[in-house]
Amino acid sequence: MSFPFELLANAVISGLLLGGFYAAVTVGVSISFGMLDIVNIAHPAFIILGSYIVYIVNGSLGIDPLLTSVIMAPAFYLLGAAIYQVYYLSFEKRGQESLRGLAFFFGLLFITEVALVLVFGVDYRYVEASYIGPSLHLGFAILPLRMLVPCAVSLALLGALQLFLQKSFAGRAILAVSQDALALQLMAVSPSRIKRLAFGISIATAGVAGALLIIIQPVEPSIGRDYIGRVFAICVLGGMGSLPGALVAAMLLGIVESITSTFYGPSWSPAIAFGFLLATLAVRPMGLLGR
Amino acid sequence: MGSRAFILLAIAVGAAVFGLSLLVHNEYFFFAGYVVLQYVVLATAWNILGGYTGYVNFGTAAFFALGAYSSVALHKLVALPLPVLMVVGGAISGLVGLGTGYLTLRLRGVYFAIATLALAIVVQTLIVNWDFVGGSRGAYIMRPQQVPIVGNYIEYLFLVMLALAVLALVTARAIERSRLGYGFSAIRDDEVAAEAFGVPTLRLKLLATTLSGAFMGMAGAPLPYYVTYLDPASGFSLAYAVNAVAMPLVGGTTSWLGPLIGALLLGTIQQVATVTISSAVNLLIVGLLLVGFVIAAPNGIVGLFEKHWGARRA
Repeated sequence: MSFPFELLANAVISGLLLGGFYAAVTVGVSISFGMLDIVNIAHPAFIILGSYIVYIVNGSLGIDPLLTSVIMAPAFYLLGAAIYQVYYLSFEKRGQESLRGLAFFFGLLFITEVALVLVFGVDYRYVEASYIGPSLHLGFAILPLRMLVPCAVSLALLGALQLFLQKSFAGRAILAVSQDALALQLMAVSPSRIKRLAFGISIATAGVAGALLIIIQPVEPSIGRDYIGRVFAICVLGGMGSLPGALVAAMLLGIVESITSTFYGPSWSPAIAFGFLLATLAVRPMGLLGR
Repeated sequence: MGSRAFILLAIAVGAAVFGLSLLVHNEYFFFAGYVVLQYVVLATAWNILGGYTGYVNFGTAAFFALGAYSSVALHKLVALPLPVLMVVGGAISGLVGLGTGYLTLRLRGVYFAIATLALAIVVQTLIVNWDFVGGSRGAYIMRPQQVPIVGNYIEYLFLVMLALAVLALVTARAIERSRLGYGFSAIRDDEVAAEAFGVPTLRLKLLATTLSGAFMGMAGAPLPYYVTYLDPASGFSLAYAVNAVAMPLVGGTTSWLGPLIGALLLGTIQQVATVTISSAVNLLIVGLLLVGFVIAAPNGIVGLFEKHWGARRA
């Protein structure tokens, strides 16, 4: 039997597409954990929340998932800003973010998941859109639009955020707060106001990622947990606050997961991210592109 | 109170609880009581690492289920008495705790927390793919009807878990008042300063992780005999992880009393709510209590009492 080259090539291609999507899932954590030092382990729960909102809107009004994600982004921004305010007043200001702040986000993760179970049950939910069925065929390569569209949206999202962070005043202030909050304070800018803005943006990306997730696969409340290992592995491997680093790491993880599930079966893929994370922490905790 | 007096007192209280429970002729009491005691062990074990050293473990379910699955695996190989299974389960979970700690504890504490979150998923993946212990289908365990001396098997399980709870509490209290405990709280308050003063921080942290993981594994070892059918979804239930975090934080993390109060309170509420409302709702209650307490009462119920009494005295 010859080496299944086409199978491998397709596994790599679908890994790249999957990785593109993982970048959108991770970008919020790159901002909150990487730049603001807020360990928001509830991020995947907000992604699932976004998926469910898209599901409701798509099911009742028939609106396109991507359009819904744009419409709901401001609402997610406000939700994020409100959560940061509670976090700031209760933990950050008192210097208790390490133990109690973590427990707070763990509680949020849990409450969101259980509330979704209570309202929607544990059935898998899915959306309908014209680009979910068909695939592009380029030679032997198969590009399902259901993966290609989220990957493209994700790349656009990352590009826009990178531009925002580097060109706009507010974006540069966010980078400044991640480097030295005290210095920013001396420039008469309130770090907590900038962090609130940044955390709001990070949760807004969770809403968009939720729309992408439910385009790619049917969603049930507990699948968010599978993403905790992935997003933090990608974020750390990518060098914490670096968006290009996160993209590279996400593609890498996507390829490894895709090859594993093609050749060994999909039931192993959740363990890959953890192996990735542990290996990164043990060998190169500053990440691929980290300094 | 000296340590020896406390041990005697704890054993006396344990014996009294068991003696009184024999007066109850309702099997449900033992089933419910077992779960509450199991949570006392889990909460105390979590607090040895989380409360004393300040390192958050979200992977209680992994350590707990490792104990449970080591019992399933051993059960298929040889017939061993339950206490031996608990020692084996505790040893395995303790070693996994040591390994995870060794890889991540040299970095910032938050990496350890994230690693434990992911650990639960990986161990679950391994178990799901391991056919010997039933894989994703789960495993059936036939438990004996009768046990010599104690009689009914569920009463025996209750007694074993009660003994483990007493052991865990005595250990936690002994740690609190020893050099070890002072080392732990030095790490919690300021790790760099502790290191500078010659506290062997990494070694102490690894010790805490191992001990905490071992107690969780011991608490999990009798689980297959309690449920008689164990599948990965129930063994790795997020409820264990959430309760192990919520109970100490609701009760208070600075002393052995906090996890005990939290576990008794939340454990009993959940037993009542499961019967009267639904199991999903009672998990929601736990989540809300956790968030409410960390925001409003940072030192838990014990802290509230201390504040109240302190104000009176002044």
